[in-house]
Amino acid sequence: MLGIIIGVGAVIAMLAIGQGAEYSVKEQIAALGTNVLMVFPGAQQQGGVRTAAGSAVTLTEDDALAIQRECPAVQYLSPGSGAGGQVIAGNLNWSTGISGVGNDYLEIRQWSVEYGAFFTDQDVKAATKVCVLGKTVADNLFPESSPVEQTIRIRNVPFKVVGVLTKKGQNTAGQDQDDIILAPYTTVIRRLSHWPNLRSILVSATSLKDIPTAQTQISELLRMRHKIQPYDADDFTIRNQTDLAATATATTEILTILLASIASVSLLVGGIGIMNIMLVSVTERTREIGIRMSIGARSRDILTQFLIEALVLSLLGGVIGIILGTTGSSIISKIAKWPTIVTPFSIILSFGFSIAIGIFFGFYPARKAAMLNPIDALRYE
Amino acid sequence: MIHDLDTSPAQKDGLLIQIDHLTKVYQLGEVDVHALRGVSVHVSKGEFVAIMGASGSGKSTFMNILGCLDKPTKGTYLLEGIDVGKLSRDELAAIRNLKIGFVFQGFNLLSRTSALENVELPLFYCSVSNKLRKSKAIQAIERVGLGDRIHHYPNQLSGGQQQRVAIARALVNDPSIILADEPTGNLDSRTSVEVMGIFQELNNNGITVILVTHEPDIAQFAKRHIVFRDGKIKSDRINPNPKVASEVLKELPAIDEEEEAA
Repeated sequence: MLGIIIGVGAVIAMLAIGQGAEYSVKEQIAALGTNVLMVFPGAQQQGGVRTAAGSAVTLTEDDALAIQRECPAVQYLSPGSGAGGQVIAGNLNWSTGISGVGNDYLEIRQWSVEYGAFFTDQDVKAATKVCVLGKTVADNLFPESSPVEQTIRIRNVPFKVVGVLTKKGQNTAGQDQDDIILAPYTTVIRRLSHWPNLRSILVSATSLKDIPTAQTQISELLRMRHKIQPYDADDFTIRNQTDLAATATATTEILTILLASIASVSLLVGGIGIMNIMLVSVTERTREIGIRMSIGARSRDILTQFLIEALVLSLLGGVIGIILGTTGSSIISKIAKWPTIVTPFSIILSFGFSIAIGIFFGFYPARKAAMLNPIDALRYE
Repeated sequence: MIHDLDTSPAQKDGLLIQIDHLTKVYQLGEVDVHALRGVSVHVSKGEFVAIMGASGSGKSTFMNILGCLDKPTKGTYLLEGIDVGKLSRDELAAIRNLKIGFVFQGFNLLSRTSALENVELPLFYCSVSNKLRKSKAIQAIERVGLGDRIHHYPNQLSGGQQQRVAIARALVNDPSIILADEPTGNLDSRTSVEVMGIFQELNNNGITVILVTHEPDIAQFAKRHIVFRDGKIKSDRINPNPKVASEVLKELPAIDEEEEAA
């Protein structure tokens, strides 16, 4: 029974640790923003001369709302506008970019607010003059006090600071992502840029594998809305983080393989352990089988007895193993600060496998002994 | 007391065991070992037979075949008129269960079960109700004088007591024969005599007892001696005046009295 307890417990714990690792790695990859798409207004084309991307005036607020409304593969969406300029707070000033974003922006970028709060949907609709500072901006404008509830002036327009973002550091291109001010995109359009259209739309797909679907849906929707003929080129560009996404997919695959190998190795080891213990304990009882046969037990009496014993031992051991494995993995996750996930699949797998082995190797040597001549079983040492 | 039962081997009525021209050959690698070379024995109901011989004489092999634990290579064995050689494994198991009671040198009790459960064991393998099983088992244990130790485990009992539990187990299904293979081999002389006393008492109550031993002292308690030598019967004769265990016991110094009482 000890063998089965340990076997089942170990497999469950191993799988829980493995699945926890897979989960947290996937989580971290998602935090890189791999499921993010960016829609830009396309390059204008006038008689073969193409100007820079974004020069067309094609991406409107209504386009953004339509994408949000009609593309099921899109989870979050944040329309983007922007402006740059000098920012003044008291006697300090700082030059930075001002990003006009929607209130789902943080969800898409997997970002969060350190102090205060993010602006609300209400602020976006009403184009309220509120903003959230990146860590670098906050440190430069408010080196000693909390910026929350303070007022800053951006191009002479007063904005109330409602929050400060957590530090995100550099992006892959080496730019400081914390050198930014976020404000409702409506406010930026009306008060700062005075440019009615969107500079970009930031979109997150419902999952990593839904990115191509989301891309197709957005593309079809915008072509229809912009009345583009089938033979004409798009007047917008959709960019995704292909290299990141490819890395993410590869990593996930590696993790899946890793997990499968961990599972099979621990099943194998657990299985061998169970096999040995059952084999030894039943073989040791060959004499007992001989005694029972000498006083009149038929082969099937012996088989029934050992089958029931193996069944009871395996089931009992399996249940204790499940309890041990689940508590063990929760202890591991507490001590090692490592997420562990016990799934019904891992329980069924380990339980089923161990019990099958336990019953087989509890039964098979007994069957062999029961088929011996009683005197041979009796004389077995 | 000794009943004067008519136990003439020649008498066909009440003939229990009829063995003719029995041979047993073991194959050890490429060598054939002839353990029995044509043995014929007839035993009637109520006999007390001691089978004697040196080790290697074939007496244990004979006993195992007698007990349906092993099969002969050639020859016939009729037990109560049934040709045992033609029975299936399950039928042999039933014979062992109902007709034969075994007593071994090493007691062969199940160590993790109490005396009562050990004695009950044969009854598990034939259809006996739970209530009857228990009462029969208690009866058998009381018959061997261990009524006060039914819940003891084998390791809590002395050798003599363990052998008595084994005898009770052999008795519990009211067998026709009790086969005892060196039952006193692991016991001191006084306990041996006590165990022989039990066999004599059972025999006096009509149970056939067949005993394998190489100790002439022990064989003296039997009514008939069969001596084996090199796989054949060397002699088969009636013991004219078997010793009576209860009388021998009185003459022995009572060294173990206290231990037995404890």
